[in-house]
Amino acid sequence: MTPPAGPAAPARTTPPPAGMTPPAATTQRQDGRWVGAALTRKEDRRLLQGRGRFVGDMTRAGMLHAAFVRSPFPAAEVTAVDASAASRARGVAAVFTSADLGDPFLLATLDRDEFVPTRMPVLAGNRARFAGEPVAMVVAADAYLAEDAAELVQVDWAPGPAVPGLAAAEADGAPRVHPETGGNCLVDLLMFDDGRLGEIFAAAPVVVSGEFTSARVAAMPLEGRACLAEWDDRDGQLVLHASTQVPHQVRSGVAQALGIPERAVRVVAPDVGGGFGLKCVVGREEVAVAAAALRLRRPVRWTEDRQENLSASFHGHEQRYRARAAFDGEGRLLGLDAEIDCDIGAYSAYPFTCAVEPLMAASELPGIYKVPAYRARGRGFATHKAPTAPYRGVSRPQIVLVMERLMEKAAAELRLDPLEVRRRNMIGPGEFPYPGVNGISYDEGSYRESLDLAERRVAEAGWAAERDRLRAAGLRAGIGYACFSERTAYGTPTMSLRRMRMTPGYDTASVRMDPTGEVIVTTGTCAHGQGHETTFAQIVADRLGVHPDQVRLRQGDTDLASYGWGTFASRSVVIGGGAAARAAEQVADQLRTAAAHLLEASAADVELHDGAARIRGDARAAVPLAEIARLVHFQTHTLPEEARYGLEARASYDPPGTFSNACHAALVAADAGTGQVRVLRYLVVEDCGVVINPLIVDGQVLGGVTQGVAAALYERICYDAEGQPVSTTLMDYLVPTAAEMCPVEVIHLQTPSAFSESGAKGMGEGGMIGAPAAVLNAVNDALAGTGVSFDHIPVLPGEVCAALAASGAAGADGALAASGAGE
Amino acid sequence: MTDRHQVRLRVNGTEHELLVEARRTLADMLRHDLGYTGTNVGCEHGICGACTVRLDGAPVRSCLVFGVQADGADVRTVEGLADGDELSDLQQAFRDHHALQCGFCTPGFLMLAEAYFAERGLVPPAGPGRPPPGAGEEPSEAEIRELVASNLCRCTGYQGIVAAMLATARARRAAGPG
Repeated sequence: MTPPAGPAAPARTTPPPAGMTPPAATTQRQDGRWVGAALTRKEDRRLLQGRGRFVGDMTRAGMLHAAFVRSPFPAAEVTAVDASAASRARGVAAVFTSADLGDPFLLATLDRDEFVPTRMPVLAGNRARFAGEPVAMVVAADAYLAEDAAELVQVDWAPGPAVPGLAAAEADGAPRVHPETGGNCLVDLLMFDDGRLGEIFAAAPVVVSGEFTSARVAAMPLEGRACLAEWDDRDGQLVLHASTQVPHQVRSGVAQALGIPERAVRVVAPDVGGGFGLKCVVGREEVAVAAAALRLRRPVRWTEDRQENLSASFHGHEQRYRARAAFDGEGRLLGLDAEIDCDIGAYSAYPFTCAVEPLMAASELPGIYKVPAYRARGRGFATHKAPTAPYRGVSRPQIVLVMERLMEKAAAELRLDPLEVRRRNMIGPGEFPYPGVNGISYDEGSYRESLDLAERRVAEAGWAAERDRLRAAGLRAGIGYACFSERTAYGTPTMSLRRMRMTPGYDTASVRMDPTGEVIVTTGTCAHGQGHETTFAQIVADRLGVHPDQVRLRQGDTDLASYGWGTFASRSVVIGGGAAARAAEQVADQLRTAAAHLLEASAADVELHDGAARIRGDARAAVPLAEIARLVHFQTHTLPEEARYGLEARASYDPPGTFSNACHAALVAADAGTGQVRVLRYLVVEDCGVVINPLIVDGQVLGGVTQGVAAALYERICYDAEGQPVSTTLMDYLVPTAAEMCPVEVIHLQTPSAFSESGAKGMGEGGMIGAPAAVLNAVNDALAGTGVSFDHIPVLPGEVCAALAASGAAGADGALAASGAGE
Repeated sequence: MTDRHQVRLRVNGTEHELLVEARRTLADMLRHDLGYTGTNVGCEHGICGACTVRLDGAPVRSCLVFGVQADGADVRTVEGLADGDELSDLQQAFRDHHALQCGFCTPGFLMLAEAYFAERGLVPPAGPGRPPPGAGEEPSEAEIRELVASNLCRCTGYQGIVAAMLATARARRAAGPG
């Protein structure tokens, strides 16, 4: 593998431990480099002033608004659609059914025999497969009128029996969600099947097992999905502004669904109000709105409302694991065996397919632990519920929960310290790169160091004493840990193993210096809150010797950037930033070549620093970069051939992937009377290699932890037994507020990656990956002695009450509030 | 639904007069009729608070208020906080404490905070009027956390928002009349 290029990556560093404070924001370099500085974000200025541009802020002369008619039934045949009244309603320009649009569909495929491809129609044709599925689209002069008219569309429904969950989907004789398939199992992957496992389990001193489940949850970005489509007659191009993480995939999806060349579609993502994976797939509404704009030759905008977002976009994480692990007498893993079943909802999302969760789960379950023998079967079942997309974490919150629960169970059986059991099994110092039983090579990490540091910090901060104090006050209090790694920034060498018809992974950047010495960077990645305008500028500024304020990132525009894969799977700063670093190195070479001519020196002696090209060791010999840029563009004939015609380069990056890692610890208290669980203290020791911007890294961790705590204690998308969604508002779907969260302490280790241009590792999902397991282990520690423990998330107050009542351990009502915990 | 009503209001000091349908929300009126798109709409049912603006000083969910209810009112939106390109102290604190990521919820938090600070006599240094004597008590972190709990943010985990509001409250109190 190529070693990191450019500025030398520092060796592993440990920060000052206890009593940490968050990174102080700065506008200055740190140790002569922009990478590593807690630079305030470039994005903030416009967003803080309300001058961002989200799709819903955009307007066009003559713009129309779309509203969708959605199925009220989870499973129904559509026998007739009568749009005549709606078409005559005030302000209505058109009403479209699937047939009116030529029955377009999206198709995401894996080239695997174990995968059953199914189509997702843009509008449901003769069959609706979940409550909320769009069957018709009304386009009118404003959004109010469009919604009025949508109520006038008469649909004749023939409701049928629904498949509301895994148990129903796998039952004999279950109704088929897609009648053309052989059954509801759309993907069935026996990823690993070690023939020795039978013997291993039969002979093992300790076998622990369980059924582990996680509820369906919603990404719930504050901005729902939105798009604005318009036909540009001059360019012969459909321009689609969309709130998306993946503009190029939206372009491909729209072009494929509508049968037009990709050059006839331009997708632009302006400011995007959060995504978390929900927007890394192509929404059928985006295609429908594009189709309407094409037909009507008028701009059409659609902004999803929250009810649509919670019931009719995409969900994730609804999984069931039946897992067992064999241990020797010292608590060392001998074998691991898991049946993994995912409720993927009604459709296979484009372009990732419905296999994304089972594939990830079955291939990565062992995680940071050394598993000698492994078997895993991952299946995805179609149900009559909203489809699923790769929501933050994608199966890793669940596999970490499973492994961390198995470690706890083994420790309990063996009467060992659960952290010691983890240490005996985790890939340790000196064992990297570690060849996993799952065929994955684990690059250098700090699994052992992060756990040691977390344990030490928890001890120093007096968590155990606080737990005792809370228990003495009548609360159920507990401490829990989770250790894990997060595979990030995997390019096609890894993605190709999934055998997706559209295999993502690489990205391409261009770097161009203009005649005034300012720099434009383009990337195919697409930030939606991660601050890439800042971090990419830091990376490029160091390579070119300019100030980050002189570097401008252009992203999210398919006409500006080379084909790229957008922002998901913690890929952008490593892959997109790596491509930008490589392109910047080429431009740096061009600058050095020109400078060498101007300074009459060897290019090898030219350094780029503080906006000038300088001769190493000669303080007076310097030429401003702006002067070089001016000459290259406006007086290019005065330069030697090799220094002429622009300062511009393009580079791609396609790394195999790199693992960041972390240890999380949580202190929780449960009120035995109300069953309410509160997280009172939270610690993250994380290692994402070289930190590009500590402010932004901490922000990713804190936001991720909050979503993980939410999944552990609060959030659950519910359907009733008939398949009706019943958590369709924010009064039913409980997103935590500041009152539910406690301050989170974050400590960084830095083990630079050898598979990353900058030494950085991706880290966008880790907070969400570790938190559910850490909180669940803490809840179970709190319930210790009651004989009750949980292997599912979320753990809800009623369940805590019931468990304690059953064990005769119920306490006084309101002790949590009375104790002042969390205040 | 063709009944239209005349509405006169002041937004960030500018007078506006327009005709709106009775059912049009204040959020839609501000965003789509008057062009104040800095106010974002996150849920349209009064939970997320992204659309919070100040109506005669008080923080309101502009998705739950009809435009006609703002007739004769003084409305403040996020666009009125900065002085030209100069961020207000609160906006700068949000930047320094990384209190925003995607930025969609941010205008709502800013307006919520300013309404609360005004109630507490913690107005910006350059703001209109001076804090009344005896006001300007510094809120505790718990109070700020409870205030922040009015609105939803999905990116930050709230820590930076709480820190930015606390830092602003402290700085304003230190700069106040004492």
